[in-house]
This record gives sequence, C-alpha cells and structure tokens, in this order.
Amino acid sequence: MKKKTIQKEHIITAVILLALLAAAFVLDSMLPSYHIAIKVIKKACVYSLVAVSMNLLNGFTGLFSLGQAGFMLLGAYSYAVLCIPVAKRAGVYQYFDGGLVQFSIPEFFSGFLGETVGTTVGMLAALLIGGLVAALFAYLIGLPVLRLKSDYLAIATLGFAEILRAFFQWNALGPITNGSNLLKSYPDFARAGSYMLLAGAFIACIVLLVNSTYGRAFKAIRDDEVAAEAMGINLAHHKRLAFIISSFFAGIGGGMLAMYMGAVQALSFKSTMTYEILLIVVIGGIGSITGSVLTSFLYVASLEWLLRGLDSGTFLGINAPGIFKNGFRMAVVSVIIMVVVLFFRKGIMGDKELPDLLRKRAKSTKKEDGANE
Amino acid sequence: MLPYFINGVTAGGQYALIAIGYTLVYGILRLINFAHGDVFMVAGLIMVYTSASMPMYIALPLVLILTVVLGFVIERVAYKPLRQAPRMSLMISAIGVSYLIQNLAFYITGGLPQPVTHPIPWISDTITIFGETTKRVTIITPFLTIALVFALVYLINHTRIGMGMRAAAKDFETAQLMGVKINSVISMTFVIGSFLAAVGAMLYFTNYPSVAITSGGMPGLKAFVAAVFGGIGSIPGAVVGAFIIGICEEIIKGLGYTTFSDAFTFVILIIVLCVKPTGLFGEKVTDKV
Amino acid sequence: MMKKIFALVLALAMTLALVACGGGDDGTADQSSGEKVVKIGVFEPQTGDNGAGGKQEILGMQYANYVQPTVSIGGEEYQVKLEIVDNRTTAENGPSAAAELVNRGVSVVLGSYGSGVSMAGGAVFSEAGIPAIGVTCTNPQVTSDCDVYYRICFLDPFQGTVLANYAYKELGVTTAYTLAMLGSDYDQGLVYYFTEAFKALGGTVVAEDFPEGSANFVSYINNAKSAGAGVIFAPVSTNYAQLIIEAAAAQGYTGDLLGSDTWDNNMVVESSKGKDVSVKITTFYQEGGNPEFDAGIKEWMNANPDALTNNGGNDMVSAVTAMGYDAYFTALQAIEKAGSTDPKAILEALPSVSYEGVSGLIEFDEIGDAKRDVAYIKAANTESGEWEFVKIQGVN
Repeated sequence: MKKKTIQKEHIITAVILLALLAAAFVLDSMLPSYHIAIKVIKKACVYSLVAVSMNLLNGFTGLFSLGQAGFMLLGAYSYAVLCIPVAKRAGVYQYFDGGLVQFSIPEFFSGFLGETVGTTVGMLAALLIGGLVAALFAYLIGLPVLRLKSDYLAIATLGFAEILRAFFQWNALGPITNGSNLLKSYPDFARAGSYMLLAGAFIACIVLLVNSTYGRAFKAIRDDEVAAEAMGINLAHHKRLAFIISSFFAGIGGGMLAMYMGAVQALSFKSTMTYEILLIVVIGGIGSITGSVLTSFLYVASLEWLLRGLDSGTFLGINAPGIFKNGFRMAVVSVIIMVVVLFFRKGIMGDKELPDLLRKRAKSTKKEDGANE
Repeated sequence: MLPYFINGVTAGGQYALIAIGYTLVYGILRLINFAHGDVFMVAGLIMVYTSASMPMYIALPLVLILTVVLGFVIERVAYKPLRQAPRMSLMISAIGVSYLIQNLAFYITGGLPQPVTHPIPWISDTITIFGETTKRVTIITPFLTIALVFALVYLINHTRIGMGMRAAAKDFETAQLMGVKINSVISMTFVIGSFLAAVGAMLYFTNYPSVAITSGGMPGLKAFVAAVFGGIGSIPGAVVGAFIIGICEEIIKGLGYTTFSDAFTFVILIIVLCVKPTGLFGEKVTDKV
Repeated sequence: MMKKIFALVLALAMTLALVACGGGDDGTADQSSGEKVVKIGVFEPQTGDNGAGGKQEILGMQYANYVQPTVSIGGEEYQVKLEIVDNRTTAENGPSAAAELVNRGVSVVLGSYGSGVSMAGGAVFSEAGIPAIGVTCTNPQVTSDCDVYYRICFLDPFQGTVLANYAYKELGVTTAYTLAMLGSDYDQGLVYYFTEAFKALGGTVVAEDFPEGSANFVSYINNAKSAGAGVIFAPVSTNYAQLIIEAAAAQGYTGDLLGSDTWDNNMVVESSKGKDVSVKITTFYQEGGNPEFDAGIKEWMNANPDALTNNGGNDMVSAVTAMGYDAYFTALQAIEKAGSTDPKAILEALPSVSYEGVSGLIEFDEIGDAKRDVAYIKAANTESGEWEFVKIQGVN
C-alpha cells in the first residue's frame, strides 16, 4: 500500500515535468525563435543544469567550491572550438590564420549521418567532450586542492578559475582559443524544447546519482566527515568523484551557455558568474535539485525579462524614471537575495524535492477524502 | 629595476592595509569577508563624491567615518544573525553582501567608473627621486602603512579591547565564557578593518584616480592571498605577505609576463595552501571535531 | 507550512511568467492613439566599460530625434520613437538585450558602440530579419558575418593602419609599445592591425596586455620607457585610458600616447588637463567640422540637464555623438526609401542609401560597411582640457 503511494507521487512528478516540456514545445511552435520567452527558457535551462551541478558539490557533498565559472569556460570553449564550421574558421580566427583546429565535429558526423541528424549528433558529442575536458581538469585540480578545508577550498578553486581565464586569453594559445577574441558561428539548437530536453536529461542523471549509493555516501560526507570515514567511506575517493562529476556537468552547462550566447569570450566567465550561480543554489535551497531548477527559472525570467521595467523607467504601471533607472533591477534582486540568505536560510525548498511536496499534499488530501467518506 | 621595486613596495603597502582587515576577521570569525574588497571600493566612491562637494578637511574624515560605519553595519546586519549558523552560511552571506554592495554602487554611479576629479593635494604631486619621477603618494604609502601597523599592534597588545580580540581569536567560546564582550570585540575588528581599508582607498585612488564598481575585487583578492601567504590571523604576516606579493607582481610585469600578473597571485595562493597552509607566520590550528 | 506556501507562490509566479509570454508579443501594433509610430531600436551600452561612450552615442540619436521627430512613409507622417535598451557592454548580455528590442517591435536597430556585443546581438537581429546599423563598432566581423548588419564607421584594419602610418611617418617613431586589455576583442584587434602595419613600415613593436580591472599602470609605462618606445598605443576603454594618462604623467613619460576612437571622450581629455603628456587619437568627427550641428546640439544639451550629465558634465561634442546623429538620419532615409515600417523592406533599401552626414558621406559597400577613407587625428590640449584638430589622415 505504502509503496503504491510513493509511485503515485513519482508519476505525478513525471506528469508535471512532461507537461512543462510540452509547454516548451508549444511555445516553440507559437513564438519565433528570437522571442524573449524562448531566450529566457533557454538560458534558464542552462542555469538550471549548472546550478544543479554546483548543488551536487556544495549541497550534497558539502564541498564548498567556487570554481564553477572555470569549468564552464572549459566546456564552452571545447564546444565552440570543436563546432565552428571549417569554412568559417578563417573568419573567426582572423588574427591567427584560421586557427590550428581544422575540423568540425558536427560536419564530420553530417558527412555520413546526413545534415540534420549528423549535426545534432556532432553537437551532442562536442558537449560531452566539453564535459570530459572539464572533468579532466577537475581531476588535475582536485589532486592538490581537495585536501583543503572548506573556505580554503573555496578560495583555491576561485583562484584556479581565474588562472584558467588568463590562460585562455593568452595570445600564445590564440590558434586554439582565439585569444581574447570571440568564438562564434557555431551551430545552436533553435528550440527551447531542445534545451529543456538536454538539461532535463543531464539533471536526471544527477538525480539518479544522488539517489544511488554514491549519493548516500556524498550526503554522509556532508553531514559528518569523521563518521562517514568511520563507516568505511573512502573520503578522498568520494570527494574527488563528486568534484569530477560536478565539473563534468558544469562543463556541459558551459557548452550549452556557449550555444545560447551565440558568441563566447573568456571575459564572460568571471567569478561573478560563480557567485550568481551559488546564490541561485542558496535561494533554491542547498541540497534541493527542484529548488535549484525552480530558482534558475525565476532568476533568469525576472532578470532578463520581467523586471526589465525597473531599469527603464516604468514597472507595473508605475512611472518613476528617477528611481527606476539603470541598475535598479540588480539592486532589487540583490536585496531579495540578502533577505533570503539572512531570514529564509533554507531557501525556497529547503532540502525537499518535488515528490516530497506532493507526498505531503497527497497525504493530507487523502485524510480529507477519508473524512468526507 | 628601481622603479619597479618602488612601485611594488607601494602596491604592497596598499594591499597590506586591506589584508589586515581580512586577517583580523578571519582570525576571530573564521570568515573570509568577501565584502571587504567592496568596502574598500565604497570608500573610494565616498572619496570621489565628498572631495568634489566639500573642502578636503571635511571630506577626508567623512570618508573614514562613513566607511567605518559601513563596516560596522555590514557586520551587525549580515554576520551577527548567523553566528550560530554553519560557516558556509556565513561565507554565502559575505558573498551576498559583496554582490549587494556592487549592485548598489552600480545603481548609484550609473555603472560608470568615477574619475577622482579632486585628488588629495600635496600627496598627489609628482616628485623626482633618484632620477625617477613618481607621485609623492607612492613614496608615502609604505611608511604610512608601517606606522599604522605599529599603532595597531600597540592597540592589540596594550589595550583592553585588544586583549579581548586576542582572546577571541584564540578561543571564541572560552573568551565568551570568561566575560569578553564578544559582540563589541567583533564590531571593533570590523571597525579597525574598515578604517584601514578607508585609508588604503585614499592612497590607492590618489595613485590610480578612477573608481569602478569592480575596483575592489582584485585588490581585495590579492590582499586576501597576502593574508593567507603571511599566515592568516597574523598581522605581521599579512603585512609581510602583502609586501612580498606587491613586489613580486611588479617585478613579474617588469620581466614582461604581463598576461599573467594576476594569475601569478593565485598560483602563489595555491602553492602556499598546498605546501604550507599556515603561511609564513601562522599558528598551527588543530581542527576541533 | 510557511515555506510550502512560499514555494507554491513562487512556482505559481513562474508558471504565470510562462503564460504571460504567450500574450506579450504584439509590440508592433500599439498605435491606439491614432498616431502612426515607427520604432527605432537603440542597442547601446549604458553601463559597464563602454557605458560612458554608449551614453554619448545615444545623445546624438536623441538630439537627431529632437531635430527630426517624424518621417514620411508613403506620403504619411510617422512619429519616430526611440526604444533604448542597455546591452551592458558585454557579449553575454547581447542576445537578451537584442531580443528585448525585437520584442518591442522595432523596425530598425542602431548600435552598438562596441563590436563584441554587436556580434552577439547580430545573431538575434539576423533571426528576426531586422536591419541593424552599427554606429561605432569597428571589428570587420560585425558585418562580414551578418547579413542584416550595416555600419557607418570605419573599420579596425583601417584605423590600425592609419595610426601606424601616423606614428611612423608623422611622429617619426620606429619603436612602438602597445597595451591592450586581456580579454577585450576590440583592443586586441586594433593592436593586431596596428602591429601589422607598423612592422610593414619597418618599425618594431613591443606588445603587452593587462588583466581586466587593472588600475596600476606604472610598471607598464616603465616597460615602455625601457623598451625605448616613442609611442604607447593603447586602444583601451575610457576608464583605462584615464589611468594610463595618469600613470604616464606621473612617470614622466616623454613620448606620445596614441589612442583610438574610444579615447574620444571628455573624461579622457579632462584627465590630461594640467599634465605633462602628449595624447593623440583618431576619431570619426572633429568638433567644428559642422558648426551648425555643433551649435544646435550644444544648445540642446545645455537646455537638458540629463543630456549634459550623460555627456560627462560639459557640452563638448564627442565624435560618437555625431556618429549617433548620422546613424539616426541614415536609418530615416532607409525607412523613407523603403516606404514602409517593415524591417524587410528597410533591409532591402539600406544598400542604396546615400546620406551626407556631419561626419562625411555615408554609403555602403557590398559587405555593408561604410565607404570611408579618412580619419581625423586630434590631440589633447593639456592647458584647456579640450581636443584640438591635428590633421586628416588616410592610409597613405
């Protein structure tokens, strides 16, 4: 009996998720691809994935890392470098004689899979390679830094992200990274639905991981390192694993961000980006995947779209150009963030997930049903 | 080499004034005060606005007072309520404050860097020393820094509040039990840190007269690295670390590796953290379970 | 319980947001007042590194809009409305700012000040089929890779070569020191073309970069001195330009500081006031080039405190302001020629536009770039704190 109710909640969850996906596809068919709503969904999907990957590390394993922007940079550059069509390379690498890399993965696959399928497969492959590159770097960086304690780990990973950025902008690496210049002209998924599917699939992987034995080990480490070690969990191994997996998904998120932005430049991947994502995780609830996703959507939608009026003079019909001027939007958002950090320390969701919410509601409605009968 | 060295010593002096704020706070609260760099930036902004609208002898004290008030308020509002919370919450709050300050500064300045139109007279004059021209503030900064550090060390070793700070840094809870007014001690730490950051900002923005909202970021991070390098919690350590970082940075630029002048600081940080996490002068802290 | 309600409210807000987007896309048709309106989008930075320059460029458009607030399309008078959106200087904010403009139903877009953000926004304009007229974005790729992008300014290869020629031939310098921000495509691009041209002339170049957020340029100036460089070429944004001038003056650098169009800003020239430095820049327009325009815009700015603030506190006319003014009229001519507010028709009309602007004749080549073969060289007068005209310089 009990088991059945659990399944029921999961079914409802699945239905809700499918409904959201369907909504995205409906929007896709109704609106042109440049519509702000489509842009918002795309960006929010990317942010969701990155926020969840950060949550895996900071929320589930208790490792306070601030290197997310660096891993996203790796993913974004891998994707862009591998996907620019050969014919456009001379233009993109205008200062570096067309660059060193002279192949394009989507073109390689479309060679024998046909244009549409091949390009899609190639883009997915490039995303995964981006993730793997980020994971490899995470392994290397993890060797020295994972031994450090909480805040030292944070500052060391932050430092690594900054070092990476300097390297990517270095002109000597220009034939690969294009130095300080933009990488662009690579393919993108036009539909918001594709982004949602992609991000959804990767987030589902993280959910499965969190609910596996590894996930339980991560949580044990978060709750009490010493006790976890006493229970036979190999601390170093699991910490490294969490760090690598989180970076892998951050890398994929970076690749998707590159897709969304249409042009990528190392300059965008500053520590501010990490802070932004960290604050999304905090508002959503440290340790709640649902919270991270929900907050990503709220954050992106309000910043990029709904609150724009706060910057341009008129908001909710109130016309006050003196107050609603440039930067007011960000000021309001950061005040909200501070309120959440100080007074709603658990964030929107605490450590609960969507099924948890449904479970309680299902129970209470059941009681009511019983009373009515 | 001489001009690079002079410039490096000056940069070190500026970093030292910020680094002390980091090291004091970390010593007591075990918190990396991410907002400290932004307090430094706000001090610069206050200087821009006050020096343009009122005479210098009112403007400069006002910069000190307002910055100190800001530091005090940040601690009371954003850190004090989280005293029992895990350290991670405290750090997140610090990042949130940093984000808030930058965005508010963005709103107030309209997102444009503010040039210092009325630099502090006398110290902003150009002088010639050993055949090299430079600003007077370049020469003054290290000496002023060292004088302030001596005053601070005296304060910590010979006054009641200083004793409280030392006790709190040694053992937070015991100090509380022994009757140290922990809240006022912590407030004092932030007041001192902000005061020194304000002095640092006056010197820094006299030397480099433009305040952008991100102006505090890099000096703040570098000062933090200096504090770690010298052994976090130790004031002489922070000062020595800051001078070493400042001098190394300018020499690296002088050698032509300008691309990596910032990255280098972080390389130092990571090496220090991995090889000798206690830094040059830090005490070994055993983690209590 | 509180939390749950909170969470639900937020979830609701999100769904509402998603629903709301379905109904909010009919921006083109709000002519309820009976007045015909054509919207021109302004895609400019108002914040960030290029915020100051972007604001000055907008001033030119606003003044142009004040001078000529209507356009006749097919015999009917249309009100021209400027829709200004801040793209915050950086490429990552480009797509959403561009989408916002498209959302507001603009017929043609003006901007941006910088190239990186123009390229990022260009992709969105291209999808939407809305023509864009770049005002001062000088990177070749803005137009070469985007079929809807046109521009009225000269290009980086041209500007870099002009500066190299000026430094080598007019200033007689054989060693140049270039300083660019790490991560800025504008800086690096100009340095690239400058270096190519300067080396081709037989000079030597020492190139260095500084990380974003640098304030201490003293060591860079010292490096330039020890390299024996006669000029420091630093095509950096306004903020860094001020700091470089300051450091050069403090270190007693005796050569010339060479700047690009980003230096053409009141704040830069003011920071050289009273200092012992020689600052020379290339730009699109020289104040005094068209006295009628100058007098008009000065009067307008002085009557308009906000405009004066955005211009940096005085009524000096920046080249970017003149360019913004010309961009507006170029767009108007295209709209008139198209005889419609339809972006597609305007896009088709753009190549045939020929407009005699205050910054010179504006005509487009087949890529969409303006045909320009001269740049103005200006020097900072360190006594009065104003720009002085030096000469008109071409590639030769």
